[in-house]
Amino acid sequence: MKTADLINRLTVDLKPVDYRRASRALGLAFAAGSLAAVAAICLTLGLRPDLREPHALGFLLLKLVFAAGVAATAFLLLLRFARPGQARRSSNLVAALPFVGIVLLAALDLYVTPGAQWAALIAGHAWPKCLVIIPVMAAVPYALMVLALRWGAPTDLWRTGALAGLLAGGVSASAYALACGDDSLPFVACWYSSAILMCGLIGGMLGQRLLRW
Amino acid sequence: MKRQEGALRLMMEQAQLGDATAYRTLLEQLSSLLRAYMRSKLTQMGRNVADAEDVVQEVLLAVHTRRDTYDPSEPFTPWLYAIARYKLIDHLRRSKMAHAEGPLDAAEAMSDGFDHTAVESGIDMEKLLATIPQHSQRVIRDVKLDGRSVAEAAAREGITEAAAKVRIHRGLKAMTVAIGGRLWREDR
Repeated sequence: MKTADLINRLTVDLKPVDYRRASRALGLAFAAGSLAAVAAICLTLGLRPDLREPHALGFLLLKLVFAAGVAATAFLLLLRFARPGQARRSSNLVAALPFVGIVLLAALDLYVTPGAQWAALIAGHAWPKCLVIIPVMAAVPYALMVLALRWGAPTDLWRTGALAGLLAGGVSASAYALACGDDSLPFVACWYSSAILMCGLIGGMLGQRLLRW
Repeated sequence: MKRQEGALRLMMEQAQLGDATAYRTLLEQLSSLLRAYMRSKLTQMGRNVADAEDVVQEVLLAVHTRRDTYDPSEPFTPWLYAIARYKLIDHLRRSKMAHAEGPLDAAEAMSDGFDHTAVESGIDMEKLLATIPQHSQRVIRDVKLDGRSVAEAAAREGITEAAAKVRIHRGLKAMTVAIGGRLWREDR
């Protein structure tokens, strides 16, 4: 086909479009993914029983600030990565901030704790559970984000996929925090971070295939 | 490029609102911008310049189907060239795969697009031929210079027709790479 013919075809019956559609789709997917993750945790593991205690509540909030912070920064970056030509202008390092924050807090906590207790602080009660459940529960939010990205046009598939994975991991970790009874900063810094980063890595690798257009 | 940006951006905003006239002008201007871009990229990479128009059309199509991903508060040219790069890489990946799966078609396409006059005018064919393996040289000389059929050339070499096509394809490709830089400079 000649290029002039193609242009003729494309300009016939031109419909107005809404440039906000991609962002809206991503926002909806984010919300739906969060609901799905919370519902899944409530139905399977159940909320932690000691939520009335201030200590437990405080740690829950801290975990939420970290995990939801990861999800929120990944979401803000995704809004740009979903559109061609905007990825390079955004600073990707923002995504690392929540991780740096939690690792610093954990280091401080270890500094003031005698070395003999470190192992217990880091290992907690259920680190393998944390490491398995967060990535598994991230599957649904990730799938929703990948679907929503079809309304966008990502050109850096690895990074876009990795951000979708981080977002899903953050959402999933926030939901898991509702059930998780391990209250120590080094535990969160070690296992929550690892689980979320694993989601990002898998998300990036899958993204290269799933996000093509 | 800077001067174009303002005009292109305005037309794109109009097109997003459904203005077909602005959209037509935009696509026409984009196609000439993209044509220049694809030609220079393909020659730079030593690939078949005849593919440029295909990639231009792929980008125009992508601009059309994804025209709602342009945010009017952002500059337009980075949006366009991000799509152009993405589609170019996509094209290169696919044409590489096509070579691996069906070298026969690719050999034909490659020899059709091979511009003898451009080569003969400025570059010594013998010198260029000398840069590729001898068995490819003989087949290319037979088919492309002496006008024998592929079947004849294959018979003279004692190989199958398919193998002859593969040799032609590889040889021409190597020669295209060898002259790529030079043709590109002449284009400008």
